[in-house]
Amino acid sequence: MSAKILSKSRGFYDVYERRPGSDQETTHYCPGCGHGILHKMIAEALIDYGVSDNSIIISPVGCSVFAYYYFAAGNFQAAHGRAPAVATGVKRALPESIVISYQGDGDLAAIGGNEILHAANRGESISVFFVNNAIYGMTGGQMAPTTLIGQKTTTTPYGRTVANEGYPIRMTELISQLEAPVYVERTMMADTKSINTTRKAVRKAIKNQVEKKGFSFVEVLSTCPTGWKMTAPQSEEWVKTTMTKQFPLGVYKDISGDAEPLDLTKNQLPAERIPKAISLPLGDKEKLVYQIPKTVNEEIKISGFGGQGVLSLGVWLSEFGMREDLNVSWIPSYGPEMRGGTAHCHVKLSNRPIGSPLVAQPTVLVATNRPSLEKFEQEVVEGGKIFWDNSLIDISPSRSDIVSFPVPATEIANQLGNTKAANVVMLGVITAVSDFLDENIVRRTLPEIFKKKHLLDLNMQAFNKGLEFAASLKQMT
Amino acid sequence: MERQLIKGNEAIVKGAILAGCRGYFGYPITPASEIAQAAALYMPLVGGTFLQAESEIAAINMVYGASGTGQRVMTASSSPGISLKQEGISYIAGAELPCVIVDVMRGGPGLGNIAPEQGDYHQIVKGGGHGNYKNIVLAPNSAQEMCDLTMLAFELSDKYRNPAVVLADGFIGQMMEPVVFPDPIDELPEKKWAIKGVPEDKDNLISSIELDPDDLERHNRKLQQKYEIIRKNEIRFQEYETEDAEFILVAFGIVSRLVQSAVDTLREDGVKVGMLRPITLMPFPTPVLEKLAADERVKFFSVFELNNGQMVDDVRLAVNGSKPVKFYGRMGGNVPTIQEIVDQVKKQMREI
Repeated sequence: MSAKILSKSRGFYDVYERRPGSDQETTHYCPGCGHGILHKMIAEALIDYGVSDNSIIISPVGCSVFAYYYFAAGNFQAAHGRAPAVATGVKRALPESIVISYQGDGDLAAIGGNEILHAANRGESISVFFVNNAIYGMTGGQMAPTTLIGQKTTTTPYGRTVANEGYPIRMTELISQLEAPVYVERTMMADTKSINTTRKAVRKAIKNQVEKKGFSFVEVLSTCPTGWKMTAPQSEEWVKTTMTKQFPLGVYKDISGDAEPLDLTKNQLPAERIPKAISLPLGDKEKLVYQIPKTVNEEIKISGFGGQGVLSLGVWLSEFGMREDLNVSWIPSYGPEMRGGTAHCHVKLSNRPIGSPLVAQPTVLVATNRPSLEKFEQEVVEGGKIFWDNSLIDISPSRSDIVSFPVPATEIANQLGNTKAANVVMLGVITAVSDFLDENIVRRTLPEIFKKKHLLDLNMQAFNKGLEFAASLKQMT
Repeated sequence: MERQLIKGNEAIVKGAILAGCRGYFGYPITPASEIAQAAALYMPLVGGTFLQAESEIAAINMVYGASGTGQRVMTASSSPGISLKQEGISYIAGAELPCVIVDVMRGGPGLGNIAPEQGDYHQIVKGGGHGNYKNIVLAPNSAQEMCDLTMLAFELSDKYRNPAVVLADGFIGQMMEPVVFPDPIDELPEKKWAIKGVPEDKDNLISSIELDPDDLERHNRKLQQKYEIIRKNEIRFQEYETEDAEFILVAFGIVSRLVQSAVDTLREDGVKVGMLRPITLMPFPTPVLEKLAADERVKFFSVFELNNGQMVDDVRLAVNGSKPVKFYGRMGGNVPTIQEIVDQVKKQMREI
């Protein structure tokens, strides 16, 4: 035991080659600082549990920013406060590794408050060591979120006040209130006994991770003689008598005994199975014969109230066009165009590559409410078609240079028992009177759109009604 | 291969998975949320990680961590979210970690609105975060390119150990078009610098800290050399009707689609106009512009953007005063009509 205490842990590098300067044997920490002791306890535990070789240490910003000088492990240096997020990324990618987030009070409790709370709340399977010495050491003794009331620092030169800075934050208490963490303890390093307690806590937090128990958190009240302007013995005394009043020691939560090991494994899908998993078309569809004219250049605008299925109708038209080997684009009303409560979309179908996907002068307008007809009628090109739902719109297009198709789509859909099928009735009419849509393609594609049988039956009926209505229109004219 | 009608935002995720990406860390924001939603749907099915982070800052730092293990990983957001990520992007660039970041730009500054804009050109192409770094930046203009350029972004990012950004806008993200997806990538490049939690990489370090000024300057010079190599090797662009063009319109992303239509219209009127579309914004196709600028035939350049004039700076630097460089921009989510672009070009022609 004495050899273990006096010698350097094998969990450290033999020579600290990353440390600049001539001294590569000792740490950069000040005399009387607690970091070195805590480092050693972590290194020792990693060796003792046989996980030193697959451990990854995340260094914070603060005095322990250089933890990577010392730990013979995979080392990440993280941005201020972000170590728990970096640890999360590492652990999710390498669930079998042992990931340690080592943080100080400014890092964890101030700038990184959000990251630690949420890593804890997710129950990330990591071990967090939180060194609380009530001050910013590295930047020169400024106030920490854990600085005590009345404590003088370089940014609280008159002493911290409740009125100005609020109370010192108790992270252990906060984190112990969350459901996911399995082990939360606060210890101190002020004498041999308390260092021993800390050592046990460190080992437990690492053991929990080795056993895949979940999130462990150890707050260690530690000394900063330089920042506190005290001797080392005075510092230890201050931790013992003053800090512990604000930060009571003890195990705040421990459910690690009952916790079932987490299953963190991820099964990588072999490359050949990926296309199916991400729903790519697998090229097994039957080839259809198309009956469409040589030149297609349709610019379609479909507009109505949200919920009338205008966006879906646009997507379907694009889908049919694509299956006719046309170039197609669909873009929903978006941004400032959404003003006024109408939903609409732009669809282009063309033999030629499509430049702008936006439709400024539609060749086809489908209007399913009055505001849409009023808003877009004037945009339609000369000779263009306007399909409008005359069961809902109580006016008619005013222009005589367009072809008007009044379609009681909602009424027909209601007769079929479902208002929602109105857009498919409209689709039937459009298919019947337009030469850019192939009825066969629509019929073959509808079962892929409506996968449930009762919906397919309803919509096939709606489609047929649309075709029939178009035929009756033709007879009338 | 069969085509699939798909939103640009979803095509990004499918492309990423085909490129071997197995980690997505993000935070929802309009108009980029479909990316997170598609990642949430598909990542678990291929053995990958999808994690909705507590913040944009956490998300980019999760990317930092996961990327350091050698995994192909990504995040996506929209303009205000990207501003929050800039700290992490600087660290990633400093630590020379590969990753893919998608920015589906929206209107700014501030909360702005959710309509498409291109106001992030400066924050993405010029750096954005602190320090002397550059992102590789790819600008798609179709759903197909949302897939293709995401895959390319992973490749370039690994090749140069550098963050790569797919800079899209709300329109391309929301637009549906047919996409042909390639086969999944089977073998990923070896990453000896990564930390995989095995004894062999115990000496590896993922860090952006260099205390000594000489060391940090050396590191910075190395980064600048890398950017030079990228500029030499990775420029991508599209020319449209430029062979005999007297007027060169320059546009990226969705605007290039509008400008392409405007070129067609102007050509019908007998105007000899063409378009240059930078596909890579970093590296910027400076040599292509230099060559066009040196051609006596070319009378002026005209840049169209959905912002206050950001890419136009790079066009001016390339043209270097040898020809007039005009600019027309719309902001706030407004998009010019084809006729508006045509009228602008005709007006600019009268001005010279």
